[in-house]
Amino acid sequence: MKPIRVLIAKPGLDGHDRGAKLIARALRDAGMEVIYTGLRQTPEQIVAAAVQEDVDVIGMSLLSGAHNYLFPRVVELLKEQDADDILIVGGGVIPDDDIPALKEAGIAEIFTPGTTTTQMIEFIKTNIKR
Amino acid sequence: MENLIQLSLKGNKRACAKLITLVENYPEEAEKVLKEIHQYTGKAHIIGITGPPGAGKSTLTDKLTKGLVDQGYKVGIIAIDPTSPYSGGSILGDRIRMQDLALNTNVFIRSMGTRGYLGGLSKYTKNALKVLDAAGYDYIIIETVGVGQSEVDIVKTADTILMIMVPGLGDDIQSIKAGIMEIGDIFVINKSDLFGADRTATEVNMMLDLSMNMDRRPPVIKVIASKNEGIDDLIAEIKSHIDYLKESGRLIERRTKNLKLEVVELIESELRKIVITHTDSENRLDKEVINILNKEKNMYEVRDEFLGGINGKKD
Amino acid sequence: MFNGEELSKIKQNRESWEEKVLNKSLAKAPESKQEFKSVSGAVVNRLYTPEDIADIDYETEIGYPGQYPFTRGYQPTMYRGKPWTMRMYAGFATAEESNERYKYLVSQGSTGLSVAFDLPTQIGYDSDHALAQGEVGKVGVAIDSLKDMEILFNGIPLDKVSTSMTINAPAAVLLAMYIAVAEKQGVPADQLRGTIQNDILKEYIARGTYIYPTEPSMRLITNIFEYCSKEVPKWNTISISGYHIREAGSTAAQEVGFTLADGIAYVEAAINAGLDVDTFAPRLSFFFNSHNDLFEEVAKFRAARRLWAKIMKDRFKAKSEKSMMLKFHTQTAGCTLTAQQPDNNIIRVAMQALAAVLGGTQSLHTNSRDEALALPTTESVTIALRTQQILASETGVTNTVDPLAGSYFIEAKTKEIEEKALEYITKIDELGGAARAIDLGYIQKEISDSAFNYQMEIESLERIVVGVNKYKVEEGSPKGLLRVDPIVAEMQKKKISEVKTSRSNEAVQEKLSNLRKACQGTENVMPHILDAVKEYATLGEICDVMREVFGEYEQAVLL
Repeated sequence: MKPIRVLIAKPGLDGHDRGAKLIARALRDAGMEVIYTGLRQTPEQIVAAAVQEDVDVIGMSLLSGAHNYLFPRVVELLKEQDADDILIVGGGVIPDDDIPALKEAGIAEIFTPGTTTTQMIEFIKTNIKR
Repeated sequence: MENLIQLSLKGNKRACAKLITLVENYPEEAEKVLKEIHQYTGKAHIIGITGPPGAGKSTLTDKLTKGLVDQGYKVGIIAIDPTSPYSGGSILGDRIRMQDLALNTNVFIRSMGTRGYLGGLSKYTKNALKVLDAAGYDYIIIETVGVGQSEVDIVKTADTILMIMVPGLGDDIQSIKAGIMEIGDIFVINKSDLFGADRTATEVNMMLDLSMNMDRRPPVIKVIASKNEGIDDLIAEIKSHIDYLKESGRLIERRTKNLKLEVVELIESELRKIVITHTDSENRLDKEVINILNKEKNMYEVRDEFLGGINGKKD
Repeated sequence: MFNGEELSKIKQNRESWEEKVLNKSLAKAPESKQEFKSVSGAVVNRLYTPEDIADIDYETEIGYPGQYPFTRGYQPTMYRGKPWTMRMYAGFATAEESNERYKYLVSQGSTGLSVAFDLPTQIGYDSDHALAQGEVGKVGVAIDSLKDMEILFNGIPLDKVSTSMTINAPAAVLLAMYIAVAEKQGVPADQLRGTIQNDILKEYIARGTYIYPTEPSMRLITNIFEYCSKEVPKWNTISISGYHIREAGSTAAQEVGFTLADGIAYVEAAINAGLDVDTFAPRLSFFFNSHNDLFEEVAKFRAARRLWAKIMKDRFKAKSEKSMMLKFHTQTAGCTLTAQQPDNNIIRVAMQALAAVLGGTQSLHTNSRDEALALPTTESVTIALRTQQILASETGVTNTVDPLAGSYFIEAKTKEIEEKALEYITKIDELGGAARAIDLGYIQKEISDSAFNYQMEIESLERIVVGVNKYKVEEGSPKGLLRVDPIVAEMQKKKISEVKTSRSNEAVQEKLSNLRKACQGTENVMPHILDAVKEYATLGEICDVMREVFGEYEQAVLL
């Protein structure tokens, strides 16, 4: 059976990667193939990596507050590449008030602080689009 | 699928990526794809990069790729990382060192997990390689899991093998398994600004001088990949190796030999499937194994009975 | 600490207590868990007795405050003289808005400023750089040129306040700007007091705002040490930080071990650059985290102080006691703040602040309750500051020095953390020092392993986080969070273009070219950076010159 492939990315300049690394490990332990791209990814780099790696999911973690710009930009670029069948999720310090607009923009789910890795794994398994 | 193949041949990365997913995961589709693209393969030069963990393989791959792209080539990269034997999952982190390449139109990077395959590559690396080859990449670089695991497969896959070493990883030379030294076509001492680089280089040179049966003595070159130093020399050495392979006829020899192995493997794996699926009805294998254990039969009898079944002659 | 006779009597009595009292009680009511663990996962015993500290010599290991090995504090009178510096980390959006917040904090009794810069500034990009998109003014103030720095400190007398700047890779540039602003205010450099974080190694390990590779980064740091020892002698030239290592998920012992290993690397680099240890070591300062486990944290601070004193004395042969004193700033643990029931964070912060004070901190930042959600509002910051003021004025914890000393538990725990930290330092020495251990991904891997274990404990309910995995309630969205207006980025861009048209571009080019030559050679780069800053060269321009010469760092990740 084909394992679920996930790209875990840190967009923007924020260097706090505790959460991203933690999730990468939890997803691996759940049997997924996790492509970890490290810090300071531009939306363009994230989308290029997602396309080349043919991932099923992109997970982005951001604590700097730049999510309202960076997350939707990734969705936009994916659409340009006809790759909007990729499930996109995000997490980090994201105020509740921002979430509706982010979902509207095409982010399937926002995982706020306190979400367990089990919940994320479940969400991914039930929502991948292919 | 036909459409994907056409797009990939024209250089569409999304299509190429999807084809790799097919050939990596779905054997039936893989066969169809590989049959279709067969005529377009064989043009790329395959570079294998191997060496112990911490040797800087990804950084070297990054810089080598940049150098090749600057010279006008298209480069495909397959980076292999180990799959966890417990969960079947993996963390593929080689792209971290190749961030600038992601956006280069002439570069395609794909990460693969070994998925339980022990040869230092993934079982389907070769399939992915063929997709990239057909898509027009001039050089394809395969970054292996790293010495420590068995690295035999890279020999069966690559045209030029770079063995990467670094000073200061303990008794580096001794730690590299016997037999591994023989597979390198070019020895690269990375991080050569670190203390002990000269010693490492000397040791490698001595070992190479002692080795017999070599009609081409592999060069040893020092680089500092992180500072982009020595990369041009490395590219020159790779090209000189390519020239040597072509002029000496070794390229054809090597590829013929590897192809033969691949065909044998293909037949073997098909045979295994036939034996297991066609003759192992009602757990016959398990029962026969008990018979062997109980000394009621020996394993050669059992073999003949199984193969007899395939030949159509009932035992 | 006890003689043999006393000890054997205590042992005897303890055993009899276990047999007669304890076992009976356990038979009736067993304990709630098989094993009790600290926040760091260290096993905590049921009871500590004189036996646990029998091999600790009071005079050599604990001693007196203000005296080697400084276990009990670096000053003889500690908070009886004056309380710790209440230093609140703040800064957001534009220099104008941050300047207002600073003036407010000073008016409310804050005794030191602490500047937070936005990420583009911390990574040496101007606000108009492509990578700065979406980030300008978000986690701190945007500084592009001396112009912004002049606005930031407008009306704040730099000879009166001490200023801490959380800046690392481009620390030399921001320090130069500070010196230049002071000069314009008529304050000479030798009157300036404050700290730059300037700790690049922990950026590679945990915080991520690096620019240059290790070697040139270490050179920049030693250049600053050298420059400041002559020109800005009251300035703390580095704040060697365990805070972010802990935030990334390390244990308490790892926090001490990895931070002091970084410290060792800086001292070695400076000595190799030809500096005498006693000229720069007194200006080294540290920065630790104060986490949830009250006693473990107190022990941690005491262990760090003792271990550093021994390292400076034995390993580096420092002669001045000032070189052996570990002085530190503390911030309560941001990672313990919950987005759920955010008011609970006030209580967490209060406990953590107490730990820092009982551990003898020199200055303290208390986090605001809403920081798991956004930047803190003025109201939240005020509560956080009041927490410190209540501690200092009402609780009486300041009345005596190192009040927990002599506790069997605290002393045993202090020793345990010291030993574990030393094990990490030894391991790092074997790998070739902190820089090499980071390059190999060793330190990062150890931390992410600890972080992973911690998270799994929370998910398995082995560890309780109130409001998160227990005592949960339905909550509405929190209101009134602080927002940074996206217009900030546009304003900064406008300011940059104004600066670039009003300055002498010729002079800028000349100074930048001097800086380039200095970088290529071996002379101290600080004076050249100062020259460039005074001509209004932008932060990005200066950092780019160094990028050109030094290259950029590449992250090492082992997962």
